[in-house]
Amino acid sequence: MESGMKIRVLVAKPGLDSHDRGAKVVARALRDAGMEVIYTGLRQTPEQIVEAALQEDVDVLALSILSGAHMTLLPAITGLMEERGMSDVLVLAGGIIPKEDIPMLKECGIADVFGPGTTTDELVHYIRGKIESEAKNLE
Amino acid sequence: MGLGVFAKDKVDLLSKEESRWEEEVVREWINRLPERRKEFLTTSGFKLKRLYTPSDVSGLDYMRDLGFPGDFPFSRGLHATSYRGRLWTMRQFAGFGTAEETNKRFKYLIREGDTGLSVAFDFPTILGYDSDHPLSKGEVGICGVAVSSVKDMETLFSGIPLDKVSTSMTINGPAAVLLAMYIAVGDGQGVPRERLSGTTQNDMLKEFFAQMLCMFPPKPSVKLVIDIIEYCTRHVPRWNPVSISGYHIREAGANALQELAFTLADGVTYVESALERGLKVDEFAPRLSFFFASYNNLLEEVAKFRAARRIWAKIMRDRFKAEKKRSMWMRMHVQTSGCTLTAQQPINNVMRVTIQTLAAVLGGAQSIHTNSFDEALALPSERAVRTALRTQQIAAHESGVADTIDPLGGSYCIEALTDEMEEGVWGYLDKIEAMGGVVPAIESGFFQREIADSSYKYQKEIERKDRIVVGVNDFHTEDEWIPVRLLRVDERASEIQVARLKKLKKERDAKRVEEALGRLRRDVEEDINLMPAIIEAVKAYVTLGEICGLLKELYGDYHELIVI
Repeated sequence: MESGMKIRVLVAKPGLDSHDRGAKVVARALRDAGMEVIYTGLRQTPEQIVEAALQEDVDVLALSILSGAHMTLLPAITGLMEERGMSDVLVLAGGIIPKEDIPMLKECGIADVFGPGTTTDELVHYIRGKIESEAKNLE
Repeated sequence: MGLGVFAKDKVDLLSKEESRWEEEVVREWINRLPERRKEFLTTSGFKLKRLYTPSDVSGLDYMRDLGFPGDFPFSRGLHATSYRGRLWTMRQFAGFGTAEETNKRFKYLIREGDTGLSVAFDFPTILGYDSDHPLSKGEVGICGVAVSSVKDMETLFSGIPLDKVSTSMTINGPAAVLLAMYIAVGDGQGVPRERLSGTTQNDMLKEFFAQMLCMFPPKPSVKLVIDIIEYCTRHVPRWNPVSISGYHIREAGANALQELAFTLADGVTYVESALERGLKVDEFAPRLSFFFASYNNLLEEVAKFRAARRIWAKIMRDRFKAEKKRSMWMRMHVQTSGCTLTAQQPINNVMRVTIQTLAAVLGGAQSIHTNSFDEALALPSERAVRTALRTQQIAAHESGVADTIDPLGGSYCIEALTDEMEEGVWGYLDKIEAMGGVVPAIESGFFQREIADSSYKYQKEIERKDRIVVGVNDFHTEDEWIPVRLLRVDERASEIQVARLKKLKKERDAKRVEEALGRLRRDVEEDINLMPAIIEAVKAYVTLGEICGLLKELYGDYHELIVI
């Protein structure tokens, strides 16, 4: 990433889940922190989400899921991203995700899972830290 | 009959005494011990005074503003003896996995003293998809029970006589289909339709800005709501065809005032639409029911419930010229708040639910669902559900708050807050009216923006520690003890469902299916009440997805207006 360029984030809601309070708060907080945020709206299929991430050329994909369908939908998303060679995108997940499911999600390519109690500041710092260190590695 | 409670000259004297107390006693005290905060705000932003006295409710007219329980404006309750006669209905919302599993949970709840059933459907069902639809992958039976055909509904209520229970169904877009299935199961059990009792949520308006589970655009959505109201008024008279819901508005991020105001605005819209259909107000209004959330700020919540009854009674009497008392009644179901439950130190949620239950009881709710303490982590486990139900039973039988009517009525603080809540609601209702009503307000993103702003503000308040949430931004511990094993839905539910559906589609009479769908198409085109055609269709084993698919084809899809 060129310095001075805005971090681009896609906030997405996979599956039929309609609990969008958290996703909207996150989208707004990242935007207030100076990032370029695109929110997909509800009920996106893995294909739609990956397509949007590709089209929008995002640095970060933030997935919010509270429906319990994360073990089906999140690996489907990371699988499609791998197929399309999008390994440079930082993929994060948040919502109601039991601790014991996290290792398997990480194996599938989810960089980190943010549960209840995460502050928006923590999230902003985490994303900045990751993207900036990646940018340094590329230099 | 005007019946002011406080004489003006006495109130003036009292105000003087109060000023003296502020200047002489309070000031000195505060110099030594400053108050904990500069101002104390409720969630709706009402500034709580240090102390409430008669001068804060000096304009109170007992008969006009409070009345006796069972009398207009019902501030003190709908029924003459309140909970002294009959306790509220303890109605636990349940549903997961297959219809068999949920049927077992229902029977467990009935054994444990639950007095009404309440069905949670899974996301595919809620959105009108069958379990075998591609979008249902990974979601079948996860957030609720999967019901794709009348067969599933039969299984769900197997061994439960429908004339002996009342059943609430949290279903909106496809409400007509699920109600039709319930009626069909009743027909099968030999229960006459006029003896079925229960509720379909069937409140589409709030879906467009709060729960966001929409199937069709607003106009046909409201048409279907009114179809159900009309059909039930004529044929299923003990059914509550709609439960006008603030719960989801609140959980989406609204504060208590917004919750109440937006819900009442929706209610007004339904009444107007039913009148336009040609129904008479006193025919259908007695069966309109409401659904609210109960949060932790007990005083504000009690004020909200009391104000809700008073405002609705005024709207029904003064604006819609209702004559029957029952048409003015706001009967309400209350659920404790999911959003206030914390994943941290989950056992603390028992205390939160207790406070919220007390607020609901002190507010005069007709039925209550208490959330389980493990719900911030997973769907509730059986043991946690039992504790939630026990919480209601303790409130009912041990706390004493149900033994006298409206015990907080007359509290200077509660009455002042009730007034403030009412005033705030009228303000919002005027504003929404000025926008042309609820549908234009949805289309302009008004509700969505209001809710998003409140929810963001709340999050920031927690992060700044302006609000303390125990275990979240203060009072941490390493010991995250959970005394139950979390529920995991059996993953085979999906397979079982899909196989069952396949079998059903193979074995049913294809000709009957085709005819039923043909009739439904004609009825949509002729724009008549769809309930009879839908009942016929479900009896011909047409599935939920097939019926909703046809309706989506004819009415068009809906795409959410995104407001962050």
